[in-house]
Amino acid sequence: MVIQILFFFFAACAAGSALAMVTRRNPVACAIWLIGTFFALAAIYTLLGALFIGIIQILVYAGAIMVLFLFVIMLLNLGNEFEDDIQGTGWKVMAGGAGLIMLAFLGRVFSGELPAPLGHEAGPQALATAQAQDGVVGLVGVPLYQSYVVALQATAVLLFVAVVGAVVLAKRKV
Amino acid sequence: MQSVPLEYSLGLSALLFSIGLAGVLVRRNAIVLFMCIELMLNAVNLAFVALSPFAGRDGQVFVFFVIAVAAAEAAVGLAIMIAVFRHKDSVDVKNFSLLRW
Repeated sequence: MVIQILFFFFAACAAGSALAMVTRRNPVACAIWLIGTFFALAAIYTLLGALFIGIIQILVYAGAIMVLFLFVIMLLNLGNEFEDDIQGTGWKVMAGGAGLIMLAFLGRVFSGELPAPLGHEAGPQALATAQAQDGVVGLVGVPLYQSYVVALQATAVLLFVAVVGAVVLAKRKV
Repeated sequence: MQSVPLEYSLGLSALLFSIGLAGVLVRRNAIVLFMCIELMLNAVNLAFVALSPFAGRDGQVFVFFVIAVAAAEAAVGLAIMIAVFRHKDSVDVKNFSLLRW
């Protein structure tokens, strides 16, 4: 029961911060509200039992990625004199329509029957057993190095290419 | 263990995704567009985490990969923004109409 109350509290924080992020004019305010959303989402991951993902969310998203965003905003000096960048009425209507379509999917989630549990070892009990066996980090780390080792190597190559590409793109003369 | 119903988590995920989608359509500042895309990626992550008790631990592994790809995307995207800002002195997407008909 306490967990449900906490879930609703953090869900309200996440949704409210996300709405503020979309509606604020100042890019720095947008970034700060987005950090609030990330922290609330990290709390929600923890409530859902994904402890390691919650920590990674704070370290990588709220830490590294948002520092990168704020750094670029500072570098381009966008925080002082920002031009109004909200689109006109036509785009607002289109955005509202797209949001309503997504919320119609949400209504489908609440009204219809959820699909049967997927996968091989379904059920919350299996996840709890795996966590007790492998630990909080091992819950993600053991499959990462057993079943997904090729994808892990591909991710390493992707990050390397991204870093080199970022340096090449941001340099003045190639 | 599973004390938050699945519907609530998926509902929050859909809500955050729709806010991010509306943000992409309504804003013109390219950096804020990137932030909205990050919000949508986070909504998908939330769906993965919410479904992982039902579909096995693979969902949390996928979240790990999504975060890695998001980091790479942010690095390259912001580098592109710096390169574009050098030419146009703006990050407003209404000024980047070179490839539009």
